Amino acid sequence: MNYRKPQLMQGNEACVEGAIDAGVRFFAGYPITPSTEIAEGMAQRLPEKGGVFIQMEDEIAGMAAVIGAALGGMMSLTATSGPGFSLKQENLGYAVMAEIPCVVVNVQRYGPSTGIPTAPAQGDVMQARWGTHGDHPIIALSPTSVYESYYLTTAAVKFSQKFRIPVVLLLDEVIGHMREKVALPEAGKLMVEKQKFGDIQDYKPFDERKTPPLIPFGEGFLYHITGLIHDEYGFPSRDPGVTTRLMDQLHQKISQNQDEIVMTNYMGHPEPRVGMITYGCTARSARAALKQTYFQKRWPVGLLTLQTVWPFPHEEVKKLASQVDLLLVPEMNMGQLVGEIERYCHGETEVVGVNRYDGEMITPEEIYEQIKRWFS
Amino acid sequence: MKTLREDYLRTSKLPHIWCPGCGNGIVTAALVRAIGKVGYEQEDVSVVSGIGCSSRAAGYLNFNTLHTTHGRALAFATGLKLSQPALKVFVVMGDGDATAIGGNHFIHAARRNIDLNAIIVNNHIYGMTGGQHSPLTPEGKRATTAPTGTLERPFDILELARASGATFGARATAAQPRLMEKLMVQAANNPGFSVVEALSMCPIAYGRRNKLGSAVDMLKMMKEDSARVEKVRSGEVEEDSVIPVGTIFSNPAPEFTESYYSKMQKDS
Repeated sequence: MNYRKPQLMQGNEACVEGAIDAGVRFFAGYPITPSTEIAEGMAQRLPEKGGVFIQMEDEIAGMAAVIGAALGGMMSLTATSGPGFSLKQENLGYAVMAEIPCVVVNVQRYGPSTGIPTAPAQGDVMQARWGTHGDHPIIALSPTSVYESYYLTTAAVKFSQKFRIPVVLLLDEVIGHMREKVALPEAGKLMVEKQKFGDIQDYKPFDERKTPPLIPFGEGFLYHITGLIHDEYGFPSRDPGVTTRLMDQLHQKISQNQDEIVMTNYMGHPEPRVGMITYGCTARSARAALKQTYFQKRWPVGLLTLQTVWPFPHEEVKKLASQVDLLLVPEMNMGQLVGEIERYCHGETEVVGVNRYDGEMITPEEIYEQIKRWFS
Repeated sequence: MKTLREDYLRTSKLPHIWCPGCGNGIVTAALVRAIGKVGYEQEDVSVVSGIGCSSRAAGYLNFNTLHTTHGRALAFATGLKLSQPALKVFVVMGDGDATAIGGNHFIHAARRNIDLNAIIVNNHIYGMTGGQHSPLTPEGKRATTAPTGTLERPFDILELARASGATFGARATAAQPRLMEKLMVQAANNPGFSVVEALSMCPIAYGRRNKLGSAVDMLKMMKEDSARVEKVRSGEVEEDSVIPVGTIFSNPAPEFTESYYSKMQKDS
């Protein structure tokens, strides 16, 4: 792959470039710190590309307009932060149920409520999984760098189109506002192609065996979309069989493609005794701790970074858990993903959270101290 | 009376879920006739609706139909219209849907003057949940959540629309289906945000509790209580004593979608 000239760029700006390069042509949103740069970037870039930018009256409307535009055939994205992410849950659930492809960027800030608008946190990990009501599948990706902010935005667009599901890009204030030197791939390399919908005669918008691409409104295929439980043609039903089939299909389209959706990377000792699992900005401190312990001291330490947070990378986590005696989970919250990790460890290893919730980043030293304690 | 265009209806989805005596069928039929009269191609029309009894109309209409979340229909429709500017979009909402939970989206869609046709079916009550008062329940009327009559003053939905920037506003009652159809045609032809307030009756959740009689009694009452807006303006009938029906306002202004795309072309 050919790359462009390296440039200094912010995580939020990289998200904008990723969206444009993936083919996003519609943005609707509402100003909120620390995600506003994404809206501002889109307001600048979309009209240049023949796309649509609109600042809506509120966060709820931003999510609704993005769904409406997806039905009009545009790849669409919205961006927000904690309080706005709460407001978006209603229509995010609609997009899950009606299988509308779209991307929701949540640049996490300190909460609950207004919290500290400019302070980083990773407190929305479980909200990304369970924020909207009812059993529902979701995909959430969490970048650890400015380049990953670019790349995972394109991946979010790709997954949303392929699986017809809203994808959450779980940025955080650190990655969103941090500037790094990045060399982006040449424009067009990561463009997400619009899928062909094939023969209109046999088309079922909610086919129970597969997920067909959505035929945009106005293309001549007349159908119905609802947030109610619906049959394969989109019409409301409350038949127990139809209900079970729909729910199974919604979940299986993700669980059966876990291998494709889950992105993680492992660094460190091939046979670690102490493992770390982390995501987002905290991965950077964990990498520094890995450098001190494994790369410099050759201690048997390993780090598993989760770019895909949901669906949960249980195979990768289980594998690491089976190797180590201690599993550290650094998170900038009071312990969220650590619960999910424990669930898949079955008590095979000791799982210890390294948490900080004062609006400051977890330092490499804080993680290092925990590792050192085990080896001494 | 001319028969309805059957291809505009999903006849396999009928009978509808509405109660006997409900006005939703009259309003939906007027909409079907109006779309036929304007002569839009079926694939060019999209019907977006919110949540509530009247919003179920979308499921019975054979176009690209989108049954959304409570109050948000106009916000969904805004995204749809901007992404497919050639679509003719009709947005069917109830009074609670459009003016309570969806009040913010309503005033902002009007402010933008985006080319959407809002059909607000006003039966003065939340019917689907069994009869709670809405922002359009007249003062003093009873509801399950106002057992001795509501203290709250209702909106005048068309005054709200006009003040917010809508460019066409009209009203008809279910007792005047021909007028309703005509106004819907005018709304469709207005390039901008149009509102048709379709006064309707809910004999089950509103009429019974307020002792208004049967659906027929309610229809008769609507007919007697309403007067053409021209008669009100000329002073022929007293303004306070009637519900003015007809074209309440028409103030053409630049339409948002068109302005967006032409500005984009000019800038690039």
